[in-house]
Amino acid sequence: MDFLETENVVKQFSGHRALNNVSIHVPEGKIFGLLGPNGAGKTTLIRIINRIMAPDSGVVRFGGRDSCPGDIYRIGYMPEERGLYKKMKVGEQALYLARLKGLSYTEAKKRLTSWFEKFEIMSWWNRKLEELSKGMQQKVQFIITVVHNPELLIFDEPFSGFDPINADLLKHEIMELKETGKTIIFSTHNMASVEEICDEIALINKSELVLSGEVREIRERFKTNTFRLSVSSRGEGADIVPDRFSVLSENSRQGVTELHIRREKGISNSALLAELAKSYEILSFVEELPSMNEVFINTVSGTNPSQV
Amino acid sequence: MNKIGIIIKREYLRRVSKKSFLILTLLMPFLVAALIFVPFWLSRIKSGEVRNIVVIDTTERYAPLFQDTESYRFIGSDKSLEEYRNSSDKEAFAILSITGDLLENQNAAVMYSGKQIPGDLSRLVNQTLRQQLESEKLATFNIPNLKEIIADSKVNFSIQTIKWSEDGSENASSSAIASIIGMSSTLIIYMFIIMYGSMVMQGVLEEKTNRIVELMVSSVRPFDLMMGKIVALGFVGLTQLFLWGIMITCLLFAGMFFMSGGVDPSIIQQGMAMPAAVPAEMEGISQIYQVLDTINFAELGVFFVIYFIGGYLLYASVFAAIGSSVSQQEDTQQFMTPIILFIVFALYAGIYSLENPDGPLAFWCSLIPFTSPIVMMVRLPFEVALWEKLLSIVLLYVTAFGITWVSAKIYRVGILMYGKKPDMKELIKWVKYK
Repeated sequence: MDFLETENVVKQFSGHRALNNVSIHVPEGKIFGLLGPNGAGKTTLIRIINRIMAPDSGVVRFGGRDSCPGDIYRIGYMPEERGLYKKMKVGEQALYLARLKGLSYTEAKKRLTSWFEKFEIMSWWNRKLEELSKGMQQKVQFIITVVHNPELLIFDEPFSGFDPINADLLKHEIMELKETGKTIIFSTHNMASVEEICDEIALINKSELVLSGEVREIRERFKTNTFRLSVSSRGEGADIVPDRFSVLSENSRQGVTELHIRREKGISNSALLAELAKSYEILSFVEELPSMNEVFINTVSGTNPSQV
Repeated sequence: MNKIGIIIKREYLRRVSKKSFLILTLLMPFLVAALIFVPFWLSRIKSGEVRNIVVIDTTERYAPLFQDTESYRFIGSDKSLEEYRNSSDKEAFAILSITGDLLENQNAAVMYSGKQIPGDLSRLVNQTLRQQLESEKLATFNIPNLKEIIADSKVNFSIQTIKWSEDGSENASSSAIASIIGMSSTLIIYMFIIMYGSMVMQGVLEEKTNRIVELMVSSVRPFDLMMGKIVALGFVGLTQLFLWGIMITCLLFAGMFFMSGGVDPSIIQQGMAMPAAVPAEMEGISQIYQVLDTINFAELGVFFVIYFIGGYLLYASVFAAIGSSVSQQEDTQQFMTPIILFIVFALYAGIYSLENPDGPLAFWCSLIPFTSPIVMMVRLPFEVALWEKLLSIVLLYVTAFGITWVSAKIYRVGILMYGKKPDMKELIKWVKYK
């Protein structure tokens, strides 16, 4: 069952259409990547899910029923435009925001204390936010996002502005949240992190949904039937049959030859391997799957995958 | 506690616990008093030194009239004017030269000085000579006891104004006191709308530039966020007013106590010497009390609060919308100017309404919602028909809620928009967004 779905969401702003019939399905307990270039409409879609804006048409559903105002308590949202009250004390601020997310004072205090202790920033409780380093502020920001224990977490460009250490910490926390069964929406254009942590993605370009599905399946779909193999020597006997594959590049060093080949259509991997085994002593044979980065660039720059 | 309550509480406590709020609240009454009294007091400070005024009186009739004062000493002299002009001795501050009968020729008296002659010196000289000339002139009429007759014929007159109320009973009224009360409430409302209105704007802009606003609206409705801020600041304003009210009352009582307790005994003696003067003064004071009695302070207070809230709500929501639609402080100016002009216009309309509280300007401006909170306060102490008051309040509140609704629409879109500042056309589009 999908935890969250949007159906034909349309949002029109003066001058341009930010979202055009966007339907996405976010499965429960998975990390869902919302991808797209800048200005594609990701943030607008997230704001609609968060009920910050209403769609012009289309619906947002939580667990199969239309979303209602109470659903915002089930969401933890870390916007791309991050910020807190600079002049306010950290603890007071966190309490205030947690209470606005529906927690009682005592409950909020209890949970915040345990989070602050986990991140070892309890000593900063009574300091003003502006006195904290950027990294500290980001930790506070993360705590505020998760303190009300929401079922759905939305991170908009979570790694932008995080230093590598904090980015790693955040990644770790996100994986931990997934293990406890949370559903996570993850908007980014950092493709390396998508391959690493996302289960499914939706790619939005120019206000339209252009690609969606499981990460593994998408990479499969975009594969170009190229392989990398290394061989120790030229095999005896049969010559290379050129209609089965073509060699894109060849590079020999210290008796090992690296080959980059493309399989021709109509033959299976095993047939190709059998064919190659006749000619070479094979050390390794790896099918090249496109990186999400390539998928992204291909899709956004308009190259049709079926033609490749 | 619901969310708007949480927001109000935080915003309120944050402002009230600020040091600047406490200091301003405590110092403001003294500051206002200082602003009024210090220039007055400064102008009365004497330079301390005693200046010599040389009197060259060829007639010898006038010189003895001049009495020394704290600041001036008059010295008779028979040297000529030229001698003083040429002498390097600057002992004499001014030289008064009288060369003939002043009753025949007023130009016979001239005062010379190397410096600007202060106003109080010329007044002193004028007064001294005038008194003498008056009595000389009177003497020429050859009427016995003329002085006494004239003194007796001097009458102090101030007309008693009485307003007939609906039930036909008479009330002593004083437009002066009503004016003071009306004008001060008008000024307070004017000041608070501008002061707290811009505080609302600053607050909204602060949340926007701190980039916290998106986080906020993901947990509360933008309307709650805006109203929370407006209501909280309104309470802060009322708190400040309330504290000032208490402080001013205390100051007044302290002042009265000081006046009655610390009376100089010589004044009492004087009072006993002139028993006739006392009842007259008492009468004056009791008249003031009588007039104050006719002004219904409870009613005035209630209306003040009603207009204060209505006017504040109307303008504060406009200020909130402005704060939300720009991205930086500098851009607020363009939108602020027309609003400030409106408020200043209202203040001037209020000041001119004071002249004629029942005139057409006062009437219309006390109905138009953008000016009524300021203008109506001028008129209220002069008694305004009930239907006018009700109509004005209804119009004010309907408009205030309407404006708040529109402002909330702009606010909701504006707080998430960064970059270029929008024009009017864009703002209208924002109102129409779903």
